[in-house]
Amino acid sequence: MEPITEIRSRTAVLPLEDIDTDQIIPARFLRTTVREGLGENLFADWRYDSNGEKNTDFVLNRPEARGARILVAGRNFGCGSSREHAPWALLDHGFQAVISTEIADIFRNNSLKNGFLPVVADADIHGWLLANPGVELTLNVESRSLSLPDGRVTEFPLESFSRYCLLNGVDQLGFLLNHAGEISRFEKRAGA
Amino acid sequence: MSAKSLFEKVWDRHIVVPETADTPAILYIDLHLVHEVTSPQAFSLLRDAGLRVRRPDLTLSTMDHSTPTIPVGSLKELKVVSEPAAFQQILQMERNCEDFGLELRGMDSDERGIVHVIGPELGATQPGKTIVCGDSHTSTHGALGALAFGIGTTEVAHVLATQCLLQRKPRTFAVNLRGRLPTGVTAKDIILAIIGRIGVDGGTGHAIEYRGSAVASLSIEERMTICNMAIEGGARTGMFAPDDATYEYLAGRPLSPQGADWDEALSRWRELPSDDGARFDKEVSIDVSSLRPMVTFGTNPGMVIPVDDVIPSPAGSDPGFAKALDYMALEPGRPLAGTPVDVVFIGSCTNSRLSDLKAAAGVIAGRQVADGVQMLVVPGSAKVKREAEAEGLPEVFEAAGAEWREPGCSMCLAMNGDYVPAGKLAVSTSNRNFEGRQGKGARTVLASPLTAAASAISGRISDPRPLVG
Ligand code: SF4
Repeated sequence: MEPITEIRSRTAVLPLEDIDTDQIIPARFLRTTVREGLGENLFADWRYDSNGEKNTDFVLNRPEARGARILVAGRNFGCGSSREHAPWALLDHGFQAVISTEIADIFRNNSLKNGFLPVVADADIHGWLLANPGVELTLNVESRSLSLPDGRVTEFPLESFSRYCLLNGVDQLGFLLNHAGEISRFEKRAGA
Repeated sequence: MSAKSLFEKVWDRHIVVPETADTPAILYIDLHLVHEVTSPQAFSLLRDAGLRVRRPDLTLSTMDHSTPTIPVGSLKELKVVSEPAAFQQILQMERNCEDFGLELRGMDSDERGIVHVIGPELGATQPGKTIVCGDSHTSTHGALGALAFGIGTTEVAHVLATQCLLQRKPRTFAVNLRGRLPTGVTAKDIILAIIGRIGVDGGTGHAIEYRGSAVASLSIEERMTICNMAIEGGARTGMFAPDDATYEYLAGRPLSPQGADWDEALSRWRELPSDDGARFDKEVSIDVSSLRPMVTFGTNPGMVIPVDDVIPSPAGSDPGFAKALDYMALEPGRPLAGTPVDVVFIGSCTNSRLSDLKAAAGVIAGRQVADGVQMLVVPGSAKVKREAEAEGLPEVFEAAGAEWREPGCSMCLAMNGDYVPAGKLAVSTSNRNFEGRQGKGARTVLASPLTAAASAISGRISDPRPLVG
């Protein structure tokens, strides 16, 4: 995983609430045995019509969304299935962060393990972001801060271990493997 | 010592390294369920890093998500009926299990089935265990008093390589159930009503314990249905404290403890129920005797009403609500009952166990599936299928015009050839009515096996109560 300290980008806004991982990447695209290439089918059922043509009304197909690396979405983003294909698809498409007022647990966990930043903002900031699509934002991992173009800066919650891993590009598996001694002792003690 | 909840007891017993302000806890995992869709990239990770599976003996592997439900006698036939990518995924799973020394309950195993159906039925799921799987409905196993939750593929690799996970402790949530279910109202209706009450994010960050006076009257299979959908309320997991019904269910199963080990396990299990005075971060109470059969009308499981109510109007202007109704081609203020149905699906890890199939068969027996309705009945496992066959259930379904299939996830997520065609309406006993979940453009109404069966007969969304009891 590459270290991430700061993400600076325009936003793309998808105001719907409860966007589930089946929408982010439908199940028929999970018949893959690799992580790459899922971006093409990110939000597939919204992005393409029944003939496979791009649906020009959909936010991500509009020119102003091109190159946006921060997605702003409605409350409870990423609910539903545990598929890690969801953050893989978002990353593959070019997104590096999502901002919402609430982010589902498993999606949040999966995101952090792949260097995709889940940001929970308060209702005021979130409301402003929804109303002002395409603004330029800075998300700073070090200071856990979100900076708006009008100079407002707010903090977002980011668990310290995840922050450390993002900043240093640390692989959490390595961290676990370093505790092999404790794991063996636990197994002995528990008779596992 | 302060009073502890069931969740806290199981959690505390599995701490390898406690959490600190800077690092999450290292939690030991007693049982890892692995299936073909969320594991390939995890095995690749191990391969690339030159790692082995630490505890093949604590790993239970099967294939369920992308397997076809049409009977196949050979690999060649499998290739013919499967879509090519799904076939590759099945082959890859066989190879991964072989390379890493894992026993696979594969296509030819008489113990194959949906992971969340076979864990309990094999006796691998036990009170007090920590259980994970790359699948959000892992919470099902909480029905037996296990701490069971879904994980992502990177975490699947973590557990394969170290048998551990890095976890922050969730908060606790007591869902108090009291009263007795009326006839025609089922465990599925209880959990749909709970989700309707707390919302699809009401449980975020929490582990639910279902408790209260109604619990004793719920069978283990009913408890599984209720735990299964904890995730649809946003919770990490759902659990029931083990009781005599739990021990009775587990006794004599192939992987349950035997002999002296059983007695020893039993005394450990009896210590698990929450202590009197245990505190929960959140609580909600539901009187199940007041419930009616529940059906969803929108595109998430929280958009749910009693079958004899009218479709509600959104509070204020809610673009999501309007979009959902538009997708479902339904209108606020109208009754949902009576809406024409195209497909009926009985199956999935929520409702594909023997008791579910028997309930549906009880409604179907001696009646006919309405003209133009396709009804698919998919048992959750090879064992459920055998038991259903021994009771003559396939004949009941087939005589009514329904299709009886091989075990698997089938139409629940539509990645194996079974799907609901675009625009068609399915009454489904599965757990997700998300847009496109059962096929691109498919419209899903979640319901109990009774409601699904009643709707198959009338060809319209129907209240099952006149047909039962
Ligand atoms: S039946 Fe459906 S919800 Fe259950 S494991 Fe299979 S795909 Fe997931």
